[in-house]
Amino acid sequence: MSKNKELISKIGLRLDGRRANELRRIRCKLGVFTEPDGSAYIEQGLTKVLAAVYGPHEVRGGRSKAQHNSAIINCQFSMAVFSTTERKKRPRGDRKSTELSMHLQQALEAAIKSELYPFCQIDVYVEVLHADGGIYPACVNAATLALIDAGIPLKEYVCACTASLANNDIPMLDISHQEEVLGGPTLTVAALPMSGKIVLMEMSQRFHLDHLDKVLEKALQGCKDIKEILDNAVRLHVTDIGSSTGWANTKH
Amino acid sequence: MALCDAEKTFVLHGVQDNFRIDGRELDDYRPMELETDVVSHAFGSARLRLANTDVLVAVKIELDVPFPESPQNGKIEFFVDCSANATPEFEGRGGEDLAIAISNTLTTAYSSSLAFDSRKLCLLNGKKCWKLYVDILILECGGNLFDAVSIAVKAALWNTRIPFVKNVNIDGNNIDLDVSDDLCLCERLDIENAPVMVTVCKIGDKCIVDPNAAEEHCSMGSVVVAVSGTKISTIYQTGTGSLHPATLTESLQLGFRVAIRLNEALSKVLSRIRPDEEAGFLK
Repeated sequence: MSKNKELISKIGLRLDGRRANELRRIRCKLGVFTEPDGSAYIEQGLTKVLAAVYGPHEVRGGRSKAQHNSAIINCQFSMAVFSTTERKKRPRGDRKSTELSMHLQQALEAAIKSELYPFCQIDVYVEVLHADGGIYPACVNAATLALIDAGIPLKEYVCACTASLANNDIPMLDISHQEEVLGGPTLTVAALPMSGKIVLMEMSQRFHLDHLDKVLEKALQGCKDIKEILDNAVRLHVTDIGSSTGWANTKH
Repeated sequence: MALCDAEKTFVLHGVQDNFRIDGRELDDYRPMELETDVVSHAFGSARLRLANTDVLVAVKIELDVPFPESPQNGKIEFFVDCSANATPEFEGRGGEDLAIAISNTLTTAYSSSLAFDSRKLCLLNGKKCWKLYVDILILECGGNLFDAVSIAVKAALWNTRIPFVKNVNIDGNNIDLDVSDDLCLCERLDIENAPVMVTVCKIGDKCIVDPNAAEEHCSMGSVVVAVSGTKISTIYQTGTGSLHPATLTESLQLGFRVAIRLNEALSKVLSRIRPDEEAGFLK
Protein backbone atom coordinates (compact mmCIF):
# COMPACT_ATOMS: atom_id res chain seq x y z
CA MET A 1 0.00 0.00 0.00
CA SER A 2 3.04 2.24 0.01
CA LYS A 3 2.26 3.32 -3.56
CA ASN A 4 -1.19 4.55 -2.58
CA LYS A 5 0.27 7.03 -0.16
CA GLU A 6 1.64 9.10 -2.98
CA LEU A 7 -1.77 9.66 -4.56
CA ILE A 8 -2.50 12.62 -2.32
CA SER A 9 0.29 14.73 -0.92
CA LYS A 10 0.41 16.04 2.64
CA ILE A 11 -1.10 19.35 1.66
CA GLY A 12 -4.02 17.56 0.00
CA LEU A 13 -3.04 17.88 -3.66
CA ARG A 14 -3.15 15.07 -6.20
CA LEU A 15 -0.56 14.26 -8.85
CA ASP A 16 -2.08 16.66 -11.36
CA GLY A 17 -2.67 19.38 -8.77
CA ARG A 18 -6.35 18.71 -8.12
CA ARG A 19 -7.94 18.36 -4.71
CA ALA A 20 -9.62 15.08 -3.75
CA ASN A 21 -13.14 16.15 -4.70
CA GLU A 22 -12.30 18.03 -7.89
CA LEU A 23 -13.25 16.87 -11.38
CA ARG A 24 -10.95 17.37 -14.33
CA ARG A 25 -11.91 20.17 -16.66
CA ILE A 26 -14.91 19.21 -18.78
CA ARG A 27 -15.43 20.88 -22.11
CA CYS A 28 -18.13 19.73 -24.47
CA LYS A 29 -19.96 20.61 -27.63
CA LEU A 30 -23.20 19.38 -29.14
CA GLY A 31 -23.90 19.01 -32.83
CA VAL A 32 -20.33 18.60 -34.11
CA PHE A 33 -21.40 16.63 -37.19
CA THR A 34 -24.20 17.07 -39.70
CA GLU A 35 -24.67 13.51 -40.97
CA PRO A 36 -25.84 11.82 -37.74
CA ASP A 37 -29.14 12.74 -36.09
CA GLY A 38 -27.27 13.78 -32.97
CA SER A 39 -23.61 14.15 -32.13
CA ALA A 40 -21.46 15.43 -29.31
CA TYR A 41 -17.84 15.86 -28.34
CA ILE A 42 -16.56 15.81 -24.80
CA GLU A 43 -13.17 16.40 -23.20
CA GLN A 44 -12.65 15.31 -19.60
CA GLY A 45 -9.14 16.33 -18.86
CA LEU A 46 -7.22 14.73 -21.69
CA THR A 47 -9.78 12.02 -22.38
CA LYS A 48 -11.55 12.95 -25.61
CA VAL A 49 -14.64 11.21 -26.93
CA LEU A 50 -16.93 11.68 -29.92
CA ALA A 51 -20.44 10.27 -29.90
CA ALA A 52 -22.98 9.96 -32.70
CA VAL A 53 -26.62 8.91 -32.56
CA TYR A 54 -28.65 7.61 -35.49
CA GLY A 55 -32.35 7.04 -35.16
CA PRO A 56 -34.92 6.14 -34.14
CA HIS A 57 -35.15 4.28 -37.44
CA GLU A 58 -36.43 0.99 -38.76
CA VAL A 59 -34.65 -2.07 -37.40
CA ARG A 60 -31.78 -3.05 -39.64
CA GLY A 61 -31.17 -6.64 -40.69
CA GLY A 62 -34.68 -8.04 -40.74
CA ARG A 63 -37.74 -7.27 -38.66
CA SER A 64 -37.40 -10.43 -36.63
CA LYS A 65 -35.22 -8.60 -34.11
CA ALA A 66 -37.76 -5.79 -33.65
CA GLN A 67 -39.54 -5.56 -30.34
CA HIS A 68 -43.23 -4.71 -30.26
CA ASN A 69 -43.08 -2.78 -27.02
CA SER A 70 -39.80 -0.88 -27.11
CA ALA A 71 -36.93 0.32 -29.26
CA ILE A 72 -33.66 -1.58 -29.58
CA ILE A 73 -30.72 0.40 -28.27
CA ASN A 74 -27.63 -0.55 -30.22
CA CYS A 75 -24.27 0.67 -28.92
CA GLN A 76 -20.81 0.35 -30.33
CA PHE A 77 -17.69 1.40 -28.51
CA SER A 78 -14.58 1.97 -30.52
CA MET A 79 -11.14 3.39 -29.78
CA ALA A 80 -8.96 5.07 -32.34
CA VAL A 81 -5.72 3.10 -32.79
CA PHE A 82 -3.74 6.22 -31.90
CA SER A 83 -5.73 6.96 -28.75
CA THR A 84 -3.30 5.30 -26.35
CA THR A 85 0.41 5.93 -25.89
CA GLU A 86 1.16 2.44 -27.16
CA ARG A 87 -0.44 2.09 -30.59
CA LYS A 88 -3.42 -0.28 -30.56
CA LYS A 89 -3.72 -3.09 -33.08
CA ARG A 90 -7.46 -2.91 -33.61
CA PRO A 91 -9.96 -0.13 -33.01
CA ARG A 92 -12.79 -2.46 -31.90
CA GLY A 93 -13.83 -6.06 -31.57
CA ASP A 94 -11.60 -6.98 -28.64
CA ARG A 95 -12.99 -8.11 -25.28
CA LYS A 96 -12.64 -4.75 -23.58
CA SER A 97 -14.54 -2.86 -26.30
CA THR A 98 -17.32 -5.43 -26.34
CA GLU A 99 -17.64 -5.19 -22.58
CA LEU A 100 -17.73 -1.40 -22.70
CA SER A 101 -20.36 -1.51 -25.47
CA MET A 102 -22.56 -3.68 -23.25
CA HIS A 103 -22.09 -1.46 -20.23
CA LEU A 104 -22.89 1.61 -22.29
CA GLN A 105 -26.05 -0.04 -23.57
CA GLN A 106 -27.05 -0.94 -20.02
CA ALA A 107 -26.62 2.64 -18.82
CA LEU A 108 -28.46 4.19 -21.75
CA GLU A 109 -31.35 1.73 -21.70
CA ALA A 110 -32.14 2.89 -18.19
CA ALA A 111 -32.46 6.50 -19.31
CA ILE A 112 -34.04 6.36 -22.76
CA LYS A 113 -37.83 6.23 -22.92
CA SER A 114 -37.60 3.38 -25.39
CA GLU A 115 -41.24 2.37 -24.94
CA LEU A 116 -42.17 5.36 -27.12
CA TYR A 117 -40.59 3.77 -30.20
CA PRO A 118 -41.84 0.24 -30.77
CA PHE A 119 -40.35 -1.61 -33.78
CA CYS A 120 -37.51 0.93 -33.90
CA GLN A 121 -33.79 0.99 -33.36
CA ILE A 122 -31.55 3.69 -31.95
CA ASP A 123 -27.84 3.48 -32.75
CA VAL A 124 -25.30 5.05 -30.42
CA TYR A 125 -21.68 5.04 -31.55
CA VAL A 126 -18.81 6.34 -29.44
CA GLU A 127 -15.27 6.86 -30.63
CA VAL A 128 -12.43 7.50 -28.18
CA LEU A 129 -9.83 9.84 -29.66
CA HIS A 130 -7.56 10.12 -26.65
CA ALA A 131 -7.64 7.80 -23.66
CA ASP A 132 -6.40 9.21 -20.38
CA GLY A 133 -8.36 7.41 -17.71
CA GLY A 134 -12.10 7.39 -17.17
CA ILE A 135 -12.95 6.27 -20.69
CA TYR A 136 -16.28 4.75 -19.76
CA PRO A 137 -17.62 7.82 -17.90
CA ALA A 138 -16.60 10.08 -20.77
CA CYS A 139 -18.40 7.77 -23.22
CA VAL A 140 -21.61 7.77 -21.16
CA ASN A 141 -21.55 11.55 -20.81
CA ALA A 142 -20.87 12.05 -24.53
CA ALA A 143 -23.64 9.60 -25.44
CA THR A 144 -26.10 11.49 -23.21
CA LEU A 145 -25.27 14.76 -24.95
CA ALA A 146 -25.59 13.15 -28.38
CA LEU A 147 -28.97 11.66 -27.45
CA ILE A 148 -30.16 15.09 -26.30
CA ASP A 149 -28.87 16.60 -29.55
CA ALA A 150 -30.82 13.96 -31.47
CA GLY A 151 -33.96 14.90 -29.55
CA ILE A 152 -34.56 11.44 -28.12
CA PRO A 153 -36.74 11.52 -24.98
CA LEU A 154 -34.79 10.69 -21.84
CA LYS A 155 -36.12 10.16 -18.34
CA GLU A 156 -33.26 12.36 -17.18
CA TYR A 157 -29.56 12.87 -17.78
CA VAL A 158 -27.44 9.78 -17.31
CA CYS A 159 -23.97 10.67 -16.05
CA ALA A 160 -21.01 8.57 -15.04
CA CYS A 161 -18.01 9.19 -12.86
CA THR A 162 -15.14 7.29 -11.26
CA ALA A 163 -13.94 7.46 -7.69
CA SER A 164 -11.13 5.90 -5.77
CA LEU A 165 -9.66 5.69 -2.30
CA ALA A 166 -6.36 7.36 -1.53
CA ASN A 167 -4.22 6.80 1.55
CA ASN A 168 -6.77 4.18 2.64
CA ASP A 169 -9.24 6.76 3.89
CA ILE A 170 -9.66 9.74 1.57
CA PRO A 171 -12.13 9.18 -1.29
CA MET A 172 -11.15 10.97 -4.48
CA LEU A 173 -13.02 11.76 -7.65
CA ASP A 174 -12.48 11.36 -11.41
CA ILE A 175 -9.41 9.16 -11.66
CA SER A 176 -6.86 9.97 -14.34
CA HIS A 177 -4.79 7.38 -16.18
CA GLN A 178 -1.75 8.14 -14.07
CA GLU A 179 -3.68 7.48 -10.87
CA GLU A 180 -5.23 4.33 -12.35
CA VAL A 181 -1.79 2.94 -13.08
CA LEU A 182 -0.36 3.83 -9.67
CA GLY A 183 -2.92 1.59 -8.06
CA GLY A 184 -5.81 1.82 -5.70
CA PRO A 185 -9.31 0.60 -6.40
CA THR A 186 -11.49 2.27 -9.02
CA LEU A 187 -15.23 2.48 -8.63
CA THR A 188 -17.16 3.41 -11.76
CA VAL A 189 -20.71 4.58 -11.30
CA ALA A 190 -23.28 5.53 -13.91
CA ALA A 191 -26.28 7.22 -12.35
CA LEU A 192 -29.44 9.16 -12.94
CA PRO A 193 -28.26 12.09 -10.85
CA MET A 194 -31.58 13.88 -10.36
CA SER A 195 -33.34 10.92 -8.78
CA GLY A 196 -30.04 9.62 -7.39
CA LYS A 197 -30.50 6.14 -8.86
CA ILE A 198 -27.54 4.02 -9.86
CA VAL A 199 -27.78 2.27 -13.22
CA LEU A 200 -24.35 0.72 -13.37
CA MET A 201 -21.67 0.11 -10.79
CA GLU A 202 -18.37 -1.54 -11.43
CA MET A 203 -15.38 -1.95 -9.20
CA SER A 204 -11.84 -3.06 -9.80
CA GLN A 205 -9.50 -4.31 -7.08
CA ARG A 206 -10.62 -4.60 -3.52
CA PHE A 207 -11.15 -2.41 -0.53
CA HIS A 208 -12.88 -2.77 2.76
CA LEU A 209 -16.66 -2.71 2.70
CA ASP A 210 -16.62 0.05 5.33
CA HIS A 211 -15.14 2.41 2.75
CA LEU A 212 -17.68 1.64 0.05
CA ASP A 213 -20.29 4.07 1.33
CA LYS A 214 -18.13 7.16 1.28
CA VAL A 215 -16.52 6.33 -2.06
CA LEU A 216 -19.93 5.68 -3.59
CA GLU A 217 -21.25 8.91 -2.15
CA LYS A 218 -18.29 10.73 -3.69
CA ALA A 219 -18.92 9.16 -7.08
CA LEU A 220 -22.60 10.10 -6.94
CA GLN A 221 -21.66 13.66 -6.03
CA GLY A 222 -19.36 13.60 -9.09
CA CYS A 223 -22.27 12.48 -11.29
CA LYS A 224 -24.35 15.37 -9.96
CA ASP A 225 -21.56 17.88 -10.67
CA ILE A 226 -21.16 16.50 -14.19
CA LYS A 227 -24.90 16.78 -14.74
CA GLU A 228 -24.73 20.50 -13.91
CA ILE A 229 -21.93 21.00 -16.43
CA LEU A 230 -23.72 19.03 -19.16
CA ASP A 231 -26.98 20.83 -18.44
CA ASN A 232 -25.23 24.18 -18.85
CA ALA A 233 -23.75 23.08 -22.17
CA VAL A 234 -27.16 21.90 -23.41
CA ARG A 235 -28.79 25.19 -22.43
CA LEU A 236 -26.08 27.19 -24.16
CA HIS A 237 -26.42 25.06 -27.27
CA VAL A 238 -30.20 25.46 -27.37
CA THR A 239 -29.86 29.22 -26.89
CA ASP A 240 -27.36 29.34 -29.74
CA ILE A 241 -29.61 27.41 -32.10
CA GLY A 242 -32.74 29.18 -30.96
CA SER A 243 -31.35 32.67 -31.37
CA SER A 244 -30.01 31.87 -34.82
CA THR A 245 -33.51 30.83 -35.88
CA GLY A 246 -34.86 34.08 -34.45
CA TRP A 247 -36.83 32.98 -31.40
CA ALA A 248 -35.90 36.21 -29.66
CA ASN A 249 -38.02 38.13 -32.15
CA THR A 250 -41.23 36.18 -31.70
CA LYS A 251 -42.76 38.85 -29.43
CA HIS A 252 -42.77 41.50 -32.14
CA MET B 1 -28.19 7.72 -49.18
CA ALA B 2 -31.16 6.88 -51.33
CA LEU B 3 -32.12 8.99 -54.33
CA CYS B 4 -35.19 8.60 -56.50
CA ASP B 5 -35.07 8.79 -60.31
CA ALA B 6 -36.25 12.40 -60.39
CA GLU B 7 -33.49 13.48 -58.02
CA LYS B 8 -30.90 11.64 -60.08
CA THR B 9 -32.13 13.37 -63.23
CA PHE B 10 -31.89 16.71 -61.46
CA VAL B 11 -28.26 16.06 -60.51
CA LEU B 12 -27.51 14.88 -64.06
CA HIS B 13 -29.05 17.94 -65.72
CA GLY B 14 -27.14 20.22 -63.38
CA VAL B 15 -23.85 18.56 -64.34
CA GLN B 16 -24.70 18.89 -68.06
CA ASP B 17 -25.25 22.64 -67.65
CA ASN B 18 -22.02 23.12 -65.65
CA PHE B 19 -24.08 24.16 -62.62
CA ARG B 20 -24.08 21.47 -59.95
CA ILE B 21 -26.68 21.03 -57.19
CA ASP B 22 -24.65 23.13 -54.76
CA GLY B 23 -23.91 25.80 -57.37
CA ARG B 24 -20.35 24.70 -58.17
CA GLU B 25 -18.83 24.30 -61.61
CA LEU B 26 -17.48 20.96 -62.81
CA ASP B 27 -13.91 21.43 -61.55
CA ASP B 28 -14.66 23.26 -58.30
CA TYR B 29 -13.97 22.00 -54.81
CA ARG B 30 -16.10 22.47 -51.75
CA PRO B 31 -14.68 24.57 -48.90
CA MET B 32 -12.06 22.86 -46.77
CA GLU B 33 -10.85 23.35 -43.25
CA LEU B 34 -7.44 22.04 -42.29
CA GLU B 35 -5.96 21.87 -38.82
CA THR B 36 -2.69 20.33 -37.72
CA ASP B 37 -1.48 19.18 -34.31
CA VAL B 38 -4.90 18.02 -33.15
CA VAL B 39 -3.77 14.80 -31.48
CA SER B 40 -1.39 15.88 -28.74
CA HIS B 41 0.33 12.55 -28.12
CA ALA B 42 1.03 11.69 -31.76
CA PHE B 43 4.20 12.71 -33.59
CA GLY B 44 2.13 14.50 -36.18
CA SER B 45 -1.56 14.88 -36.90
CA ALA B 46 -4.06 16.70 -39.05
CA ARG B 47 -7.80 17.01 -39.34
CA LEU B 48 -9.47 17.87 -42.61
CA ARG B 49 -13.07 18.86 -43.04
CA LEU B 50 -14.16 18.99 -46.67
CA ALA B 51 -17.75 20.29 -46.48
CA ASN B 52 -19.19 17.44 -44.39
CA THR B 53 -16.48 14.87 -44.92
CA ASP B 54 -14.35 14.67 -41.80
CA VAL B 55 -11.00 12.90 -41.61
CA LEU B 56 -8.54 12.69 -38.71
CA VAL B 57 -5.00 11.48 -39.32
CA ALA B 58 -2.35 10.76 -36.68
CA VAL B 59 1.22 9.62 -37.24
CA LYS B 60 2.99 7.43 -34.72
CA ILE B 61 6.62 6.40 -34.97
CA GLU B 62 8.23 3.20 -33.78
CA LEU B 63 11.64 1.61 -34.18
CA ASP B 64 11.76 -1.35 -36.53
CA VAL B 65 14.05 -3.48 -38.65
CA PRO B 66 14.11 -2.75 -42.42
CA PHE B 67 12.84 -5.36 -44.86
CA PRO B 68 15.70 -7.62 -46.03
CA GLU B 69 14.94 -6.79 -49.69
CA SER B 70 15.23 -3.05 -49.08
CA PRO B 71 17.78 -2.59 -46.27
CA GLN B 72 18.21 1.12 -46.97
CA ASN B 73 14.55 2.04 -46.65
CA GLY B 74 12.40 2.88 -43.67
CA LYS B 75 8.81 1.74 -43.39
CA ILE B 76 5.53 3.49 -43.75
CA GLU B 77 2.19 1.83 -43.08
CA PHE B 78 -1.28 3.19 -43.67
CA PHE B 79 -4.23 2.07 -41.59
CA VAL B 80 -7.73 3.31 -42.32
CA ASP B 81 -10.52 2.98 -39.79
CA CYS B 82 -14.04 3.78 -40.93
CA SER B 83 -15.72 4.83 -37.71
CA ALA B 84 -19.38 3.91 -37.26
CA ASN B 85 -19.88 7.58 -36.35
CA ALA B 86 -19.70 8.27 -40.10
CA THR B 87 -22.57 6.01 -41.06
CA PRO B 88 -24.27 3.02 -39.39
CA GLU B 89 -23.22 0.89 -42.38
CA PHE B 90 -19.66 0.93 -41.01
CA GLU B 91 -20.70 -0.78 -37.79
CA GLY B 92 -18.68 -3.82 -36.86
CA ARG B 93 -16.66 -4.84 -39.90
CA GLY B 94 -18.91 -2.99 -42.35
CA GLY B 95 -16.34 -0.38 -43.35
CA GLU B 96 -13.49 -2.79 -43.87
CA ASP B 97 -13.71 -3.07 -47.68
CA LEU B 98 -13.62 0.68 -48.14
CA ALA B 99 -10.84 0.99 -45.55
CA ILE B 100 -8.68 -1.56 -47.36
CA ALA B 101 -9.31 0.10 -50.73
CA ILE B 102 -8.16 3.46 -49.38
CA SER B 103 -5.12 2.15 -47.52
CA ASN B 104 -3.98 0.07 -50.52
CA THR B 105 -4.27 3.06 -52.84
CA LEU B 106 -2.27 5.15 -50.40
CA THR B 107 0.39 2.46 -50.07
CA THR B 108 0.87 2.23 -53.84
CA ALA B 109 0.83 6.01 -54.21
CA TYR B 110 3.57 6.37 -51.58
CA SER B 111 5.61 3.33 -52.67
CA SER B 112 7.69 5.14 -55.28
CA SER B 113 10.86 6.71 -53.93
CA LEU B 114 10.17 9.74 -56.14
CA ALA B 115 6.91 10.36 -54.32
CA PHE B 116 8.12 9.67 -50.80
CA ASP B 117 11.74 9.03 -49.98
CA SER B 118 11.73 6.41 -47.23
CA ARG B 119 15.54 6.19 -47.22
CA LYS B 120 15.60 9.09 -44.78
CA LEU B 121 13.78 6.91 -42.26
CA CYS B 122 16.61 4.40 -42.24
CA LEU B 123 18.94 4.77 -39.25
CA LEU B 124 21.36 1.91 -39.73
CA ASN B 125 21.58 0.05 -43.00
CA GLY B 126 19.64 -3.22 -42.72
CA LYS B 127 19.46 -3.03 -38.91
CA LYS B 128 17.37 -0.14 -37.68
CA CYS B 129 14.83 2.17 -39.21
CA TRP B 130 11.83 4.24 -38.21
CA LYS B 131 8.40 2.89 -39.00
CA LEU B 132 5.70 5.46 -39.58
CA TYR B 133 2.19 4.36 -38.68
CA VAL B 134 -0.20 6.66 -40.49
CA ASP B 135 -3.58 6.05 -38.89
CA ILE B 136 -6.57 7.50 -40.66
CA LEU B 137 -9.89 7.80 -38.89
CA ILE B 138 -12.93 8.59 -40.99
CA LEU B 139 -15.41 10.45 -38.82
CA GLU B 140 -17.97 11.65 -41.33
CA CYS B 141 -18.71 10.66 -44.89
CA GLY B 142 -19.93 13.39 -47.22
CA GLY B 143 -18.44 12.05 -50.43
CA ASN B 144 -14.97 12.25 -51.93
CA LEU B 145 -13.10 10.32 -49.25
CA PHE B 146 -9.97 9.59 -51.28
CA ASP B 147 -9.16 13.26 -51.87
CA ALA B 148 -9.85 14.22 -48.27
CA VAL B 149 -7.72 11.37 -46.94
CA SER B 150 -4.78 12.14 -49.22
CA ILE B 151 -4.72 15.82 -48.26
CA ALA B 152 -5.04 15.03 -44.55
CA VAL B 153 -2.25 12.45 -44.79
CA LYS B 154 0.03 14.92 -46.53
CA ALA B 155 -0.67 17.58 -43.92
CA ALA B 156 -0.10 15.10 -41.08
CA LEU B 157 3.24 14.02 -42.57
CA TRP B 158 4.16 17.68 -42.97
CA ASN B 159 3.37 18.14 -39.29
CA THR B 160 5.32 15.04 -38.21
CA ARG B 161 8.41 15.55 -36.08
CA ILE B 162 10.84 12.67 -36.13
CA PRO B 163 12.98 12.33 -32.99
CA PHE B 164 16.58 13.28 -33.54
CA VAL B 165 19.10 10.49 -33.03
CA LYS B 166 22.29 11.89 -31.53
CA ASN B 167 24.46 8.85 -31.96
CA VAL B 168 24.33 5.12 -32.54
CA ASN B 169 26.43 2.72 -30.49
CA ILE B 170 27.06 -0.70 -31.93
CA ASP B 171 28.32 -3.38 -29.59
CA GLY B 172 28.35 -6.71 -31.38
CA ASN B 173 24.71 -7.41 -32.13
CA ASN B 174 23.45 -4.82 -29.67
CA ILE B 175 22.47 -1.52 -31.16
CA ASP B 176 21.96 1.38 -28.81
CA LEU B 177 20.26 4.51 -30.06
CA ASP B 178 20.80 7.76 -28.27
CA VAL B 179 17.64 9.73 -28.98
CA SER B 180 17.71 13.40 -28.13
CA ASP B 181 15.51 14.43 -25.17
CA ASP B 182 15.08 17.90 -26.56
CA LEU B 183 11.61 18.06 -28.10
CA CYS B 184 12.52 21.05 -30.23
CA LEU B 185 15.39 19.15 -31.78
CA CYS B 186 13.66 17.03 -34.38
CA GLU B 187 13.63 16.32 -38.06
CA ARG B 188 10.87 17.12 -40.52
CA LEU B 189 9.87 14.94 -43.44
CA ASP B 190 10.22 16.08 -47.01
CA ILE B 191 6.67 15.96 -48.36
CA GLU B 192 7.19 18.21 -51.38
CA ASN B 193 6.28 15.35 -53.74
CA ALA B 194 3.88 13.44 -51.51
CA PRO B 195 0.95 12.46 -53.71
CA VAL B 196 -2.36 14.29 -53.76
CA MET B 197 -5.34 12.27 -54.95
CA VAL B 198 -8.19 13.60 -57.02
CA THR B 199 -11.33 11.59 -57.71
CA VAL B 200 -12.82 12.24 -61.12
CA CYS B 201 -16.42 11.16 -61.35
CA LYS B 202 -18.30 10.54 -64.56
CA ILE B 203 -21.92 11.67 -64.55
CA GLY B 204 -23.79 11.53 -67.84
CA ASP B 205 -21.12 12.38 -70.39
CA LYS B 206 -19.30 14.96 -68.24
CA CYS B 207 -16.56 14.51 -65.66
CA ILE B 208 -16.58 16.28 -62.32
CA VAL B 209 -14.21 16.53 -59.35
CA ASP B 210 -15.04 16.49 -55.65
CA PRO B 211 -18.42 14.74 -55.87
CA ASN B 212 -20.69 15.05 -52.85
CA ALA B 213 -22.65 12.08 -51.57
CA ALA B 214 -25.58 12.64 -53.97
CA GLU B 215 -23.31 13.00 -56.98
CA GLU B 216 -21.34 9.90 -56.01
CA HIS B 217 -24.62 8.06 -56.02
CA CYS B 218 -25.38 9.13 -59.61
CA SER B 219 -21.91 8.41 -60.91
CA MET B 220 -21.41 5.69 -63.51
CA GLY B 221 -17.79 5.19 -62.56
CA SER B 222 -14.88 7.13 -61.21
CA VAL B 223 -11.12 7.27 -61.38
CA VAL B 224 -8.78 8.25 -58.57
CA VAL B 225 -5.65 9.97 -59.85
CA ALA B 226 -2.73 10.35 -57.45
CA VAL B 227 -0.36 13.07 -58.60
CA SER B 228 3.08 13.45 -57.11
CA GLY B 229 4.84 16.66 -58.12
CA THR B 230 4.12 16.84 -61.84
CA LYS B 231 3.74 13.11 -62.42
CA ILE B 232 0.88 10.69 -61.96
CA SER B 233 1.87 8.08 -59.40
CA THR B 234 -1.24 5.91 -59.13
CA ILE B 235 -4.49 5.43 -60.97
CA TYR B 236 -7.30 3.53 -59.34
CA GLN B 237 -10.71 2.98 -60.85
CA THR B 238 -13.57 2.65 -58.40
CA GLY B 239 -17.23 1.84 -58.78
CA THR B 240 -18.92 -0.65 -61.03
CA GLY B 241 -19.26 1.37 -64.24
CA SER B 242 -17.07 1.13 -67.32
CA LEU B 243 -15.27 3.99 -69.03
CA HIS B 244 -14.41 4.51 -72.69
CA PRO B 245 -10.63 4.93 -73.26
CA ALA B 246 -11.23 8.45 -74.60
CA THR B 247 -13.20 9.41 -71.50
CA LEU B 248 -10.52 7.85 -69.33
CA THR B 249 -7.78 9.98 -70.90
CA GLU B 250 -9.95 13.04 -70.60
CA SER B 251 -10.67 12.39 -66.93
CA LEU B 252 -7.00 11.72 -66.23
CA GLN B 253 -6.14 15.10 -67.70
CA LEU B 254 -8.84 16.81 -65.67
CA GLY B 255 -7.66 15.03 -62.52
CA PHE B 256 -4.05 15.96 -63.22
CA ARG B 257 -4.87 19.66 -63.74
CA VAL B 258 -6.96 19.84 -60.60
CA ALA B 259 -4.38 17.94 -58.52
CA ILE B 260 -1.64 20.44 -59.47
CA ARG B 261 -3.89 23.31 -58.38
CA LEU B 262 -4.87 21.49 -55.21
CA ASN B 263 -1.26 20.78 -54.33
CA GLU B 264 -0.33 24.44 -54.76
CA ALA B 265 -3.23 25.53 -52.58
CA LEU B 266 -2.24 22.99 -49.94
CA SER B 267 1.39 24.15 -49.81
CA LYS B 268 0.20 27.72 -49.45
CA VAL B 269 -2.11 26.81 -46.57
CA LEU B 270 0.53 24.71 -44.81
CA SER B 271 3.04 27.55 -44.95
CA ARG B 272 0.51 29.82 -43.26
CA ILE B 273 -0.31 27.49 -40.35
CA ARG B 274 0.88 28.90 -37.04
CA PRO B 275 1.83 26.50 -34.25
CA ASP B 276 -0.23 28.20 -31.53
CA GLU B 277 -3.57 28.25 -33.32
CA GLU B 278 -6.38 26.59 -31.43
CA ALA B 279 -7.51 23.39 -33.07
CA GLY B 280 -10.01 20.68 -32.30
CA PHE B 281 -13.67 19.84 -32.16
CA LEU B 282 -14.66 22.54 -29.70
CA LYS B 283 -14.42 25.44 -32.14
